[in-house]
Formats: sequence, C-alpha cells, structure tokens
Amino acid sequence: MSREIALLGVGMHPWGKWGRNFVEYGVHAARAALADAGVDWRDVPFVSGAATVRCGYPGYVAGATFAQALGWQGAQVNTSYAACASGSQALAAARAKILAGECEVALVVGADTTPKGFLAPQAGERPNDPDWVRFRVGITNPTYFALYARRRMALYGDTVEDFARVKVKNAAHGYANPNARYRKKFSAQDVADSVMVADPLRLMDVCATSDGGAAIVVASLDFAKRMGRADAPRVAGISTATPTFASGQVEMPDLATDSAVAAEPRSFRAALPRQAYEEAGVGPEDIDLAEVYDLSTALELDWMEDLGLCAEGEAASLLRADETAVGGRLPVNPSGGLACFGEAVPAQALAQICELTWQLRGEAGERQVTGARVGITANQGLFGHGSSVIVKR
Amino acid sequence: MVAPVLEGWFTLDEYAPQLLGTRCVACGSYHFPPQTVFCRNPDCESDTLEEVELSRTGRLWSFTNACYAPPPPYVKEEPFHPYAIAAVELERERMVILGQVVRGVDVPDLKIGMDMELALETIPGHDSERLTWKWRPADGGAR
Repeated sequence: MSREIALLGVGMHPWGKWGRNFVEYGVHAARAALADAGVDWRDVPFVSGAATVRCGYPGYVAGATFAQALGWQGAQVNTSYAACASGSQALAAARAKILAGECEVALVVGADTTPKGFLAPQAGERPNDPDWVRFRVGITNPTYFALYARRRMALYGDTVEDFARVKVKNAAHGYANPNARYRKKFSAQDVADSVMVADPLRLMDVCATSDGGAAIVVASLDFAKRMGRADAPRVAGISTATPTFASGQVEMPDLATDSAVAAEPRSFRAALPRQAYEEAGVGPEDIDLAEVYDLSTALELDWMEDLGLCAEGEAASLLRADETAVGGRLPVNPSGGLACFGEAVPAQALAQICELTWQLRGEAGERQVTGARVGITANQGLFGHGSSVIVKR
Repeated sequence: MVAPVLEGWFTLDEYAPQLLGTRCVACGSYHFPPQTVFCRNPDCESDTLEEVELSRTGRLWSFTNACYAPPPPYVKEEPFHPYAIAAVELERERMVILGQVVRGVDVPDLKIGMDMELALETIPGHDSERLTWKWRPADGGAR
C-alpha cells in the first residue's frame, strides 16, 4: 500500500517585516492553499498547525488558533513545535492521519512574526535551559554557523568568496520569487562590503528573521484522484529524526558535544535525510533539486554534502561550476532560500515544500528547474530536530 | 572573589581552573554541563554519575567571534567589546566544548589545531561582573 500522499494545494503569504499578528499571515496562506487545492475550508477535517513560541499562548496552540481564525468548523487539530523543523512535524502528523485512514484531506499551516536581530529566548533566569545558558555566556546562532564555516575553510579550502557566491546565486533566484522578502541581485562585492557578524561570516552571509506564513493542503491519493488531480506532486518521504549518541558536532543550543568515549561520534545532519530517502525509495542520485536551510551561506554547502548530493568537501566546486544554480545540473534553493526570505520559524519547512510543489508542477516561472521530478528539503531545529521531506511527481 | 555566572560549572581555581562535568561510572561517558543526572548513552542503564574535573587543555576545533552584543540574557556592557569564541576538543573526554576566548586574544591569533587551555575571566552582569570559563592559547597567546 502506498505511503504517499498528494500535495493538492500550496499557498504562502509573502515574507517581509510588518509586525502584524502572525495569524493574519497564516490565514492568508491557508486560504491560498485551499483555493489552490479546490477544497472548501468547511470540508477540512484535520488541521495541523506549526507553533510559534514568540507570539504567546495563541502561538503555542497554532493549529487551533488558525482554525478559529478561519472559522471554527469542528475539525480535529494538532499542533507541533520543533523549532525550525515544526512544519515538517506538522506535515508528518497530517500524513499519519491520512495514511491511518482517519481523514482524507488535511490543512497544514505555520506562520510567524519575529523580533528584529538575533533570535532570543524568553525572559527569566533559567540556568537549566541550554538555550538560556548559551546566550548568557555570549554564544549566539551565528556563532555556530561561523564555527562550521571556519571548519570548511580549514578542511576543504573553501573561501569567503565561495560563501559569498552562495548569496549571489540565491539572490538571483529570489529576484524571480514574488514571495521573497529580499529581491535584489546582490553581488560578491555587496557581501564583502557588509559588516562582519561572526568571523568569517558577514551580515549578508547570515539570514535575517522575517514575518511569513505558508500552508499546504495534503490528501490521500484516492481523494486526489477523485478530485481529478491524480497528477499532483506527492510527499514520498519524511524524516523527523533526532540525533544518535554520540553526536559529534556541537549543535545549537548546546555548549558541548556528546562524549565519544563509549560510542563513536556521529554526524546528525548526515543521518537526517535517511528516513526520507528510504521511504521515498530514492537516493541522492535521483534528486533533481533541493531546498536546504541556508541559515548561513556556508551552511548550504554543508547541507549539500549531508544530503549526499556530492562528496564531502566538494560542494564549493559544484557551486563554482554553477551546477547549483537554476539552469545547472542540481539547483539548490531555487526559491532563493533563507538568503532571500529570512527565517519565519514555523513556516519555513512548509515554504520549502511549497517551492518544490511549484517546481514539480512546472509553475515556478523564471525559477523553473527543467524536468523537475524529485525534490528534497532539509532543515534542522534546535534541540535535535531533523527535518527532510522528499516530493515526487 | 567575583561570583560565577553559573554555580558548579567550573572550579574557582584562578590559576588552573577546570570545568566540572559528570562521568558515568558504568560506560565512562562524560557529560557537560554538569547537571546531567542520567547517562546519555542509550545503551547504558546506569544512572550513577560522578562529578569530575574535565581536562583543562585541548585542541582548537574551530573559532569565531561576536562582533555584536548578543541579546538578553547576555548582559550588554556599554560600549560592547567584541570577543573571540573557541570550540575546543578535549582528548580524554572526546568532546568539544564552546567558550569565549580571553580578552586580548582575537581571531587573527587563533588557528585550528592549536593547543588551548581553560581560564577564568569576567563577563558583564546586572549588578556586578560575573566569572565564567574562557579559553586561551596554551602558550599564553603571545603574538
């Protein structure tokens, strides 16, 4: 029996910075996804929300919040929080419900409105909270990205010019994306001229935080067929993996790795997509395009290798050969990535899926990847939340 | 003596401080931060952890800096002084631990692979400064 579900509808509110209520962005995206799917809100029996922890109680119960905003109709509800991976968990909840035969169609939605600058934890003294501790002693998100970037330079000979090249490529993609917050063809010089944030990463190497909302309508293959949409792209695999001990790389928000005295050190990111590949029955060689979490320019290169799209250390050479640009052999972040969107935590994993859906339908306009049939997403949330979704046509 | 920013995370020996961690008596896995009260090895059933002083030297795994003051709960001093940050790999414990780098040692002074040692130094606090662990080059960081 197929474990695939159909992606019937997708919708996004453009990313930006307006400081409006996150619910507005989510409702906008939800309505767009429902219209795209040709499904009435009344007929949605399951709402799977991705939570935001920055918007008070309504954000913690996002599924119900969106359901109320769209108008209570008695739907079953679920809300997931997994930091940046929230959208994938929310999708996994919807898929499980559909595959269990408990519903035929579901709405998955996430949105956020975020403070300017560094992502910060809630107020209060919390020495037992790793996320509180690391800020207290002066460690931020860019700290981690920069540590990883410096490793790439030392191990593989990557340069800051390579990192800047990721921004330039993604900026060209985002220029063609009406939902992107930043639509400007930045140059390598623009990156080099921006202020240093966490050496070697400059302001334009690190993504911003944004307001945004994304939604998808998923359905059983049977339902899709009855709607005349047997050709809809399908979710073929989902990974919501956690790390395996001993996790060998220091990961946000921790200040230390596991100790590898009793168990060999492992890479969490490299293991993260395995479940998705297995479920989808494909390998890296089958991937036509990827949407990965470019929290920093350098991290996009790490992701390419962690997804097995190229050998360790080779990502920069693919980038330099323009293979990861739209028009190249293996486009990465054809949407423009976080470089052009900034991060709206609960909406971001869903935005990645929206892009893959448009691409596989041939609706990506100037960003279109020719012949896209199999796409993969990857991201990672604080506290051990892996996320990878494979979409197929 | 200046109060530590986190109680029980490091010894207060200003000449040879050590981070305090825990070690599982059954499988030997170290844990830092020290509040871990159960062994994080999924194959280990022991929950008996002893407090240990971690190695005070290690190799620089990677480094960076903070050019802008972090948001709260970091206590921002005026003016903000950028500082370097180090991720240091401890050999015996087979783990990497992050920390700021002592004042006066900056990114150009650092190189992956160099020997680092633990030090204690102040960071800003609300009413008064606090003591925290930091890393410094084992040779004293002479330029």
